[in-house]
This record gives sequence, structure tokens and C-alpha cells, in this order.
Amino acid sequence: MSDIENRRFVPRDRNWHPAPHTPGYKTSVARSPRQALVSLLKPTVSELSGPDFRHLRMGPNDNDLLLNFREDPQHSGLPIGERIIMHGRVIDQFGKPVPHTLVEMWQANAGGRYRHKKDQYLAPLDPGFGGVGRCLTDEQGWYRFRTIKPGPYPWPNDINSWRPAHIHVSVMGPSISTRLITQMYFEGDPLIPLCPIVQTLRDPEAVATMVGRLDMAHSRTMDCLTYRFDLVVRGELQTWFENQG
Amino acid sequence: MQQPNAQPMADGVLRETASQTAGPYVHIGLALDIAGLPPREQEVWNRLAGDQAEGERIEIVGRVIDGNGDIVRDALLEVWQANADGQYQPRFDSDAPFNSFGRTAATVENDGEWQFFTVKPGAVALANGRQMAPHINLMVFARGINIQLSTRLYFEDETEANAGCPIFNAIESPTRRQTLLARRESDDGESGARYRFDIRLQGEGETAFFDF
Ligand SMILES: [Fe+3]
Repeated sequence: MSDIENRRFVPRDRNWHPAPHTPGYKTSVARSPRQALVSLLKPTVSELSGPDFRHLRMGPNDNDLLLNFREDPQHSGLPIGERIIMHGRVIDQFGKPVPHTLVEMWQANAGGRYRHKKDQYLAPLDPGFGGVGRCLTDEQGWYRFRTIKPGPYPWPNDINSWRPAHIHVSVMGPSISTRLITQMYFEGDPLIPLCPIVQTLRDPEAVATMVGRLDMAHSRTMDCLTYRFDLVVRGELQTWFENQG
Repeated sequence: MQQPNAQPMADGVLRETASQTAGPYVHIGLALDIAGLPPREQEVWNRLAGDQAEGERIEIVGRVIDGNGDIVRDALLEVWQANADGQYQPRFDSDAPFNSFGRTAATVENDGEWQFFTVKPGAVALANGRQMAPHINLMVFARGINIQLSTRLYFEDETEANAGCPIFNAIESPTRRQTLLARRESDDGESGARYRFDIRLQGEGETAFFDF
């Protein structure tokens, strides 16, 4: 226990992340605490440890959204849309790879429709597309998904709010302290600066951390475009001198 | 390739990737059954303890309530807890009798109630010899929540242990400490005693959330 209690992560910068209360994103108004967070000056094993998913059994196509869902198994239509590879590394704030960590993602289809009971958008479902992927990072922290580029979609916030094309991304990292859910946007999308959810961030550089970049070097001839998206989780400090006394 | 999306600070240390809401369709990615998607080979879900797990079998139910007093019907929760001996078991293995990690979600069908099945965690020892009262770390994700809210569930029937717990007492206001107490609601839930733990996001009785 004592070893893990010496573990320290770079403090999370709450001014960099979106504030809980962001009135431009209307749903946040009633779902944001008004009281201050209780700061744990000395986090414990309960915060400094987390799940290790190395033994979670996955299917062969869990990271391949072109192949991992068929509404009707008798038919083999590929999903409609631009075929893409989304890849990148999970690293910490010191650039150190985060190996064997779970990366999960979900997204709308090429028309901007989610395969979810609650999504009523008039764009059609795609019988060849589910919209969920997961994988573990390798030894160097790399992850990879094959999918289609999701479409933008309208949502009820302002009279005419549209989500830019995006893929929701979830990463665990080495501890529940590094737990992070974000969204990857696509470089060059004119809807990015207009989006009230993107606008929950105050710093344009914080928005830049969520923009996947076209990666022509890794695109596949006559097959797929590739986007590179690195995920940076809180850095683990290498040394920690325990305060005696 | 152009600049990578990772952004360095002045000292060369990278900025953490910014958080965004998990949104209303989080279930497609993290709770497939709730979205109406078929299960994969193994899913991470709300049964932390199997029949062979050691300790007192319990179930925990609750709701997430917003600042208007309305039930949040699209919240997803993540759970992290020690086993009955007060030890964390980081290795996630669906075949193991107990896992320290799980997920659960409010559903419309259940009128916004979420639940998970586990064993009562033991007290967790700290290096300095003190003990933390039995507790469960919970993280709340939902549409409208820009970055997850982290709290701890304690048990109302552990009065003495709670009074000696350094983290429980790190909450300055004794009134706010009460927001972390799960109430024993029944002795005969689906699996053992049932505890109820409602999470209030805002306003009267607002749950204490932690930064760590
Ligand atoms: Fe979305």
C-alpha cells in the first residue's frame, strides 16, 4: 500500500478543462455543482489505483467498426461513409507512453445518426454500422480504430446548434485519477468554433488538444484516410520525497 | 504531418487532453445493453461480485438528481472499491469472483434508478497506520456534465469508522459529510442488504464532490 500512496500525478488544471457551469451549453446549468470541490491534499490508494484491463477478453473486430456490426448477419454490406483510420498514442504529460490501457470510442454514422434507442434524428440508421469500438494500447501506447467518418448532427440547444463531426473517446490511464472522456474533432471542420460544447473550453489551445489531424503518411492508397489523435493523460511524477514528521 | 494535437506548456510538459461531456449517447460506447446494442465477448458492467466472492453481499441503488430536483435519466456511473478485506484488485477479470471496477447507468425504464451488485468493502489501511472507513469511489458522467464528478459513498451503519476516516473528515462541513452516506434500505434485496445512495448535483443537499 505504501508504494502506491507515494504515487503523485500532476494536479488537474481545472481552468484548462471546461468549468462545470457553462450556460452556453444549456444542459450544464442544472447539472453543475454550486459548492466547491473538496480537494484531497493527500490522495489515497483509493484514488491512486485503478483497473487494469489487460485480461478483458475482446473480439477480433472490437476496434474495427467497418466489420463489427451487421443488423442482419445474412447480409454483408459495409457501412456507408468515408473510410478512415483513427490512430494515435496515449502518453502522459511527460511524453511517456501509457501501455495496455483501455481506449473506448463511440460515434454517429455517416449521416449523423446514433444507433441508440433515444436518437430520433431523421437521418437513417445504417444497417452495416453499430458505432462502438474498443482496444488496448500496445507497449508504446499506440491504439488504432478503423471506422467511417461520422456526420455532423443538429441538437436542441440554441435554435440552430450543430455538433461538428466527432468521435467520443474514453481512456482510463494508470489510475482513476487519470480517467478522461473527451471527443475527437476533425481538422478543418468549420463547425468546431460554432459548437456550444466546444465553447465550454476557454482556451483555444485546449480546443486544439481535441482536434485529430489528417495523417497522409499513414493513409492507405485506394482505401482509407487516416487521422492522428494523441491522448495526453495526467503525468505521473517520477520521484516523490515523503514529507517526514 | 502538421503539428500534433498534443499541446506543450512553456516548460515542455504537455497539457492534458481537455475533457468533454460523455453526452446522451454514452451508452453506445460504455453501456451497450442500455443503448440496445448486442453484447461483445465481455462487457464491463454492474456485477462486481459473483456468488463466490468473499464478504457481505450487498446491492446499491440510487438516482442522480439535478438542480431542479429532476431525475437525471441518462447518467452513467463508474465504481471503484476495495474487496471485503480492504484490498483493491486492479486486474479486471470477468471470471474472477470479485472485481474492484464496474459501471452502471440510470435508465428511463427504471425511472432513472441505477444499481450495482457487490460486497461491502472492508476498511482500507493507510501507510501511516490510519484506516479509511469502508467506502466506494464513484464517478458520474452524463450529458451536461463537462468533466466527471467524483465522489465517495460511505455507509450510514459505520458511524464509528466514518468518524475516524481522514477523508470523510476532510470535508469541512459536517452537514456536507452526510451527503456521502448510503442508507440501509432493506435487508433482503436481490442479493443481501440494499443500500440507497442518491447523488444531488446541485442545490439543497448537494453531494460533496472531490478533486484529487
Ligand atoms: Fe455525440
